[in-house]
Amino acid sequence: MKKMLSKNTFITLICLGVSFGLIQLLISQNIINAYYQVTLALICINIIMAVGLNLVTGFTGQFSLGHAGFMSIGAYTCAIVTTSMPTTTGFLLGTFAGAIMAAIFGILIGIPTLRLRGDYLAIATLGMAEIIRIIFLNMKITGGAAGLNGIPKFTNWPWLWFFTAGTILLVNNFIHSSHGRACISIREDEIAAESMGINTTKYKVMAFAIGAFFAGIGGALYASTFFILKPNMFGFLKSIDILVIVVLGGMGSITGSVIAAILLAVLTTYLQAFTALRMIIYAALLVVVMIFRPQGLMASKELDFTKFFRIKTKDGEKVE
Amino acid sequence: MPLLSVEKLTKSFGGLTAVSNVNMEIQEGELVGLIGPNGAGKTTLFNLLTGVYEPTKGTVTLDIKGHSREIQGRKPYNITKEGVARTFQNIRLFKDLTVLDNVRIAMHQNIRYQMFEAFFHTFGYHKEEKRLIEEAESLLEIFNLTHKKMELAKNLPYGEQRHLEIARALATKPSLLLLDEPAAGMNPNETAELTDTIAWLREKFNLSILLIEHDMSLVMKVCERIYVLDYGMMIANGTPEEIRSNKRVIEAYLGEDVNNA
Repeated sequence: MKKMLSKNTFITLICLGVSFGLIQLLISQNIINAYYQVTLALICINIIMAVGLNLVTGFTGQFSLGHAGFMSIGAYTCAIVTTSMPTTTGFLLGTFAGAIMAAIFGILIGIPTLRLRGDYLAIATLGMAEIIRIIFLNMKITGGAAGLNGIPKFTNWPWLWFFTAGTILLVNNFIHSSHGRACISIREDEIAAESMGINTTKYKVMAFAIGAFFAGIGGALYASTFFILKPNMFGFLKSIDILVIVVLGGMGSITGSVIAAILLAVLTTYLQAFTALRMIIYAALLVVVMIFRPQGLMASKELDFTKFFRIKTKDGEKVE
Repeated sequence: MPLLSVEKLTKSFGGLTAVSNVNMEIQEGELVGLIGPNGAGKTTLFNLLTGVYEPTKGTVTLDIKGHSREIQGRKPYNITKEGVARTFQNIRLFKDLTVLDNVRIAMHQNIRYQMFEAFFHTFGYHKEEKRLIEEAESLLEIFNLTHKKMELAKNLPYGEQRHLEIARALATKPSLLLLDEPAAGMNPNETAELTDTIAWLREKFNLSILLIEHDMSLVMKVCERIYVLDYGMMIANGTPEEIRSNKRVIEAYLGEDVNNA
């Protein structure tokens, strides 16, 4: 059993557990009221989306501007399933169906577009996300431009926590495996990676599909939280929102994405008071952070919980 | 059958024929040198052998343990899987990763756990990761890099980066190792040390080695046979002594004799 959990995972689990208990307590004491609970849901969804995108952009080095497209696939799939089956089972089924649908589309879109690099790839993924949006805009089952209404709400803090914590743990595990290292090597030097026996196309598509899978989960939770879905919610700006979180937190840092998602959500909530000036302050802050910390808040490092708790790790254990 | 046989290999870039009608053979366990003036097409030949470029014409046949297959035009990762590993002329390490990770990545093609186990860190994952670390460390030990395993590759001194590249290539478990100017930028002491290491590696790992090198002291000392390229054509091949006195080779390096011209 001792071998099954490295100290780092163990402490991450403790942190996630404590965060669950603390927020559950605050909700039950009504310190986090219904209004803040929406922000909380948004934070969780953004964390899931950003961690997934970080795997594609931060770790594998493939610049994608189409993450909102996969989110919409998850959202619509979940909405359709839960509407016809309004139970918790239906919600879970819808969420996983959404994630799997998004992953399938991730593979389908990834195979042709991932031949491209850098800015060409960004434009291609942007185009693909637009195609998905236009298709939803014209399909009957998705309600066209009017979208879907009255999607049963099943998201609550325990479910949000479950999916967020699951995403963080799974992506973190993946990164610290040989498959994850294969993805990172593509970011570092594609030609060298290929010469070391790594099928770069396969791992790029794999990273893309995994990113899309988690975007699908994020979308499903979004649908369940906000009752309504419209194709316009998943436009270009939504993709940019997620990308901003990844870049601000640091490309290749999971804790960075988590911190940035929380910071940006808190910031937007507090800036509500400034009405018109709100977006200017928000943008100005982003510019300031990028000038003084171009590599992102966490760069490519992770918050090391073991150091935080002053637990001595043996040499070599850190690499696990 | 020789381990590697190259027949009439040609690569043209538009009007320029960088490698033309090259024939070459490497026997099992042989240490062969490839020399030639700058721009002769040595690295292009390497890139053809490792799949970075697709040849315009010709075949490359690999024969490992009696199993022969043509590898020209295959993808690099595929050729690496068949047992050909390489280093690069201008070091291509994964700079922002640790020394250990550089070696572990090269071991990826032989790992024994699946995607599912990677996500859930199963028992099989931990067992396999432990094996990876042990094997990587034993490779690093050869080059005296074990104590630097957690350092980033970019922070290593130049000579050690070259060593790490060889260690990384060995991690793919090759039968044929291609070294592209392993001694470039090294001082005479380091070159002498590298010469010994290369000879030792061949014994220890049962390797065949093809190396491009400009440092003649290294080539003449370790290589059993030498191929000479000039303007994309193989102009000579033979033992170091034969090459040393070969008129065409001297002409290629120093220019034609004035009296003959």
